[in-house]
Amino acid sequence: MNNRAFLKRISIGLILAAAAIAALVYGIGPAEIAQYREDLVYLGQQHLYLVGVSMTLALVVGLPSGVLLSRPWARRYAEHGMQVFNIGNTLPPMAVLALAMVVVGIGDKPAIVALFLASLLPIVRNTYAGLSGLSPTLIEAANAIGMTPRQRLWRVELPNALPVILSGVRIALAINVGTAPLAFLIGASSYGELIFPGIYLNNHTALLLGAVGTAAIALVLDVLVASLGKFMSPRGVA
Amino acid sequence: MIELKNLTKQFIQKNGQSFNAVNDVNLVVPEGEICVLLGPSGCGKTTTMKMINRLIEPSSGQVLINGEDTAGIDTVTLRRNIGYVIQQIGLFPNMTIEDNIMVVPRMLGWDRKRCRERARELMSMVALDPDRFLHRYPKEMSGGQQQRIGVIRALAADAPVLLMDEPFGAVDPINREQIQNEFQLMQRQLGKTVMLVSHDIDEAIKLGDRIAVFRQGRIVQCAGADEILAKPADEFVASFVGHDRTLKRLLLVQAGDVADAQETQTATLDTPLSHAFGVMDDNDARYLAVVDREGKPLGYVQRKDAKGAEGTCADKLKPFSATSKPDENLRVVLSRLYEHNLTWMPVLDADGRYNGEVSQDYIASFLNSGKTHGRQRMALK
Repeated sequence: MNNRAFLKRISIGLILAAAAIAALVYGIGPAEIAQYREDLVYLGQQHLYLVGVSMTLALVVGLPSGVLLSRPWARRYAEHGMQVFNIGNTLPPMAVLALAMVVVGIGDKPAIVALFLASLLPIVRNTYAGLSGLSPTLIEAANAIGMTPRQRLWRVELPNALPVILSGVRIALAINVGTAPLAFLIGASSYGELIFPGIYLNNHTALLLGAVGTAAIALVLDVLVASLGKFMSPRGVA
Repeated sequence: MIELKNLTKQFIQKNGQSFNAVNDVNLVVPEGEICVLLGPSGCGKTTTMKMINRLIEPSSGQVLINGEDTAGIDTVTLRRNIGYVIQQIGLFPNMTIEDNIMVVPRMLGWDRKRCRERARELMSMVALDPDRFLHRYPKEMSGGQQQRIGVIRALAADAPVLLMDEPFGAVDPINREQIQNEFQLMQRQLGKTVMLVSHDIDEAIKLGDRIAVFRQGRIVQCAGADEILAKPADEFVASFVGHDRTLKRLLLVQAGDVADAQETQTATLDTPLSHAFGVMDDNDARYLAVVDREGKPLGYVQRKDAKGAEGTCADKLKPFSATSKPDENLRVVLSRLYEHNLTWMPVLDADGRYNGEVSQDYIASFLNSGKTHGRQRMALK
């Protein structure tokens, strides 16, 4: 896919998103939305804060773990090691939240722990899959010309596995943003603060605004990560 | 120079028994020569080669490069000083062609400018335009072009030793021939010590100064191409090189070699036919070439035309329908003879002067004479 096609796709997406928001504003009425303006801005910031911190942590832990698991000496243990990271995803997010609350109390902290756990697996697994799925001839060529293991990792393995790693990050991000509203249940602010009361009080406006806000964050962040990846990946890879 | 001494690689099989993939191999590749390791798959030729740069650790035995035991050198240093070409090319997709070529020199600490000059120099050696290709990525080139880059990447740091693992196996036949020729030309300039793994007998004949035929981890025969074809050590070698091996020898002998082995008899336009007939009769020949004063061929007279005839050679002159050059191999020459339905034709040197002749009889007797091809002449220059 060349750059022009990529730009075209992104701009079509943005236009569609803008159209959806415009339709929403028209449906609900600008006056009513104005009432929620302060909430939307504040909760959006909070939502982004939870996502940002938990994603950063997940990347800091997940990428090196994936790299470690893919090293030749660790490969035979990789599947077992992966089960540890599986925890965050096999337990329902609600249960993870509840458990986190028991351990670290209420507020932002347990929410960040739960989101961190939920986004860890796709990052670790895709990093591992991307690195161990590289063609063996590539590794042999790198060894045969006398690269040290470190040079091989940074100059050959990571750049060529980047597309796979990046798709893992995008999956993690989508899960993360989508799970963040649940943090409302343990006392952390996010768009969940519009969604849940909206459900309980049968307030469709609040519910819709919270859901659309969450979706908008997910879309925008995904586009950002995709563009960043596009920018970082060398032209020769995928 | 590469020396292998009692080199052995033992693998333990799943049933617990040990198995020698390479069994007590001794081999010397003198400096500047190409040695081809030839054999069917699974015969241990690739394992042998990979033990030289220690991609596979030998179980026992020694590998010496220019007299130095490689066991004492750390693998990274060792490998940076050995060029390596693999069949699957192994270019790094994330790097431009220039970066791919320059990986090793950069790791060795060459400065950027020197690297860039080297890349351009190497590209022109394989007839690829540096301005067009240096900034492309591997996937933006054809397979043949990629393999050329694979070869020059191995040459980039000017390592004296080159290992090639079926380097031209993944390329189509036309490109393969071309890359082989380019490689031969480069090798003539650079004089690297090369070990090349192949299962293609024609490639081995074409490129190898020396061919080591492998079977089940052992070298069965190690000799020059012509010797392997003329005197295969055993039934295995004979069947591996093919039952048409004498025809393959045609590739190794050049028209000039055959022509030089015969006495050259010529006549001029004003030679009397009776005299020409005498010359042919003495030499038991059926024809005689006629040349001008500078030695350029004009045609020939046949014995049956000259027999008892009056006049000079000019009267009975017949033109040549085909000629050959001294550096053409016999396969090409023979093909041309059949094409024109001839039994012989003259060999002309670069200036177009008559240099002798090749005939089907001469070729047959040359192949049976036990003489070998003229390539040694070239190697010694």
